Amino acid sequence: MNWLANNWSSVLELAGSHLVQSVVPVVIGLLVSVPLARAAAGSRWLRPVLVTGSSLLYTIPSLTLFVVLPLILGTQITSVGNVVVALTLYVVAILVRSCVDAFESLDRDVLQAATAMGYKPVRRFFGVELPLAVPVMVAGLRVATVSNISMVSVGAVIGIQSLGTLFTDGLRRSIISEIVVGIVATVVIAVVLDQLLRLLGHALTRWQRTGAGARRPAERRRDKNGPGGARGGAGALATVESGGAPA
Amino acid sequence: MTDMAIRYRGVSKVYPDGTAAVDNLDLDVPAGSLTVFVGPSGCGKTTSLRMLNRMVEPTSGVVEVNGRDVSSIPAAQLRRSMGYVMQQSGLMPHRTVEDNIATVPRLNGVSKREARANARELLGSVGLDESLATRYPAQLSGGQQQRVGVARALAADPPVLLMDEPFSAVDPVVRQDLQRELLDLQQRLHRTIVFVTHDIDEAILLGNRVAVFARGGRLAQYATPEELLRAPADDFVADFIGRDRGFRSLSFENAPVDLQPVTVLNADTGERTVVGPGSANPAPWQGAGAAASSGWVLAVDARHHPVGWLPVDERGEAAGREELRVGGTLWHRGDSLRTALDAALSSPSGQAVAVSEDGAVAGVVPGEDVMRAIEAQRAARHDRVESA
Repeated sequence: MNWLANNWSSVLELAGSHLVQSVVPVVIGLLVSVPLARAAAGSRWLRPVLVTGSSLLYTIPSLTLFVVLPLILGTQITSVGNVVVALTLYVVAILVRSCVDAFESLDRDVLQAATAMGYKPVRRFFGVELPLAVPVMVAGLRVATVSNISMVSVGAVIGIQSLGTLFTDGLRRSIISEIVVGIVATVVIAVVLDQLLRLLGHALTRWQRTGAGARRPAERRRDKNGPGGARGGAGALATVESGGAPA
Repeated sequence: MTDMAIRYRGVSKVYPDGTAAVDNLDLDVPAGSLTVFVGPSGCGKTTSLRMLNRMVEPTSGVVEVNGRDVSSIPAAQLRRSMGYVMQQSGLMPHRTVEDNIATVPRLNGVSKREARANARELLGSVGLDESLATRYPAQLSGGQQQRVGVARALAADPPVLLMDEPFSAVDPVVRQDLQRELLDLQQRLHRTIVFVTHDIDEAILLGNRVAVFARGGRLAQYATPEELLRAPADDFVADFIGRDRGFRSLSFENAPVDLQPVTVLNADTGERTVVGPGSANPAPWQGAGAAASSGWVLAVDARHHPVGWLPVDERGEAAGREELRVGGTLWHRGDSLRTALDAALSSPSGQAVAVSEDGAVAGVVPGEDVMRAIEAQRAARHDRVESA
């Protein structure tokens, strides 16, 4: 732990840079994925193209992407921009899929009611579709964020500063403490961001933890496809009667 | 209020694969009336309804609402001018009850405070407690959700209300309440309501006029419920209305029957009295008389509400309480012949129990009297037809 005490400020600096490289791609990736996913959801040709395409994107090894991107973008190979672009692509790869699922999980009756009330498309999207898509979307966002945090480290191999630098440096100089600090710091960042997202999702979906809304998504889906199709009416009544305690 | 609020002129909807959902529909809906579109599934009733707020665009023909061709009005604006209630309430799960009700006023730019205050007022008029205002839809029962759906449709005070099978997903008891409340609401508000259902009983109960649709989107008959039951236009309509339409048409006949006195037995005190028209009510019991000849006495509680029937033996002695037969349905004075017949048929003694407004026994109507009244009505109607 001597090592940490002596290198405290540089670890902090690397952690800050790691954090930026993790969060910026998630934010950009989310802003890109949501409109893409909305366009793809329910579209006969765009959906397979985007969903399959984004899955393929994820199979490209990150190191390859870090090396190839500067050739395409014309940036310096050690530029943080490369990492941000590459990681944004991975975030999109994960998020498009889960955002498509989120939009397709919306209750059609609710959407139809919104239209019949006189919602125009843009207002309906922000006022109805997006808030209702949050639960499924947050799940995808958490996966993307955590996987992103681990992937940022890979950039260290080509010389981009992050907590990954502690691994490459520690390995080269045979300092075990440095490697351990890198691992622990990465895990701490991952856990903290994941919990923040969980709380955010929690705050945005207060309506879900009341009565029938407290049912888990899997149950709700079963309900919808179930033979009785007892949605709203008897279904809601039954869950209210069965207690409807927060899950 | 005799002008037409809604007109369909030569309206058809044909899907690209050639199936016709609506076939050359001509139909006028008078302002302030409740008109029901009824028919089997796939008959185009919902499609026709949705043409009114442009959720469906017709392939040909013109749909007019309040004198304006709907295709000339921007869809969102048109929809905000009509209330819409659907089968699954379609409430926004992420909004509280008051915010759900406030939806259309908010879209129209009314302030949140004003819209919510208005929403709370509306809760009362659909029979819900104001304390539900801050609940989420998932915390309500199916029936409560439907009521909120109705309140939401009324929030912007629209002259036209579209209801797409609004009560078909709730259980029968709740459905009856909702139907009755809709009729009450309509008596107060006089909106132009178009109501879609597949349930002919609901159509006959609610509609000022009923449009029966046949498969393929053909309008088979458009008439008052009474005409529909009495003179179905064709075999399809007759078949759709069902076998007991003769029985159901009695709903429209008031019952010109006279009440007969009945011996009642206070179930608590064992005291016997005679209740009926003409006598001082209740009159003291004079002996076996009517009770013995009919074989029954009517047991009542302290408030004189009927409890059931007790058989009596030839000496006029009533059987013990363990012999009590639960009574039949009740007939309120002024109710239809259908109710009277049902009360007589369901009564163990064969006598329909008539009750006054406070629920106390007013007398009885023997089944034969009901039948005689029905027969008299039929004969009168027959004469009317012949002389016409």
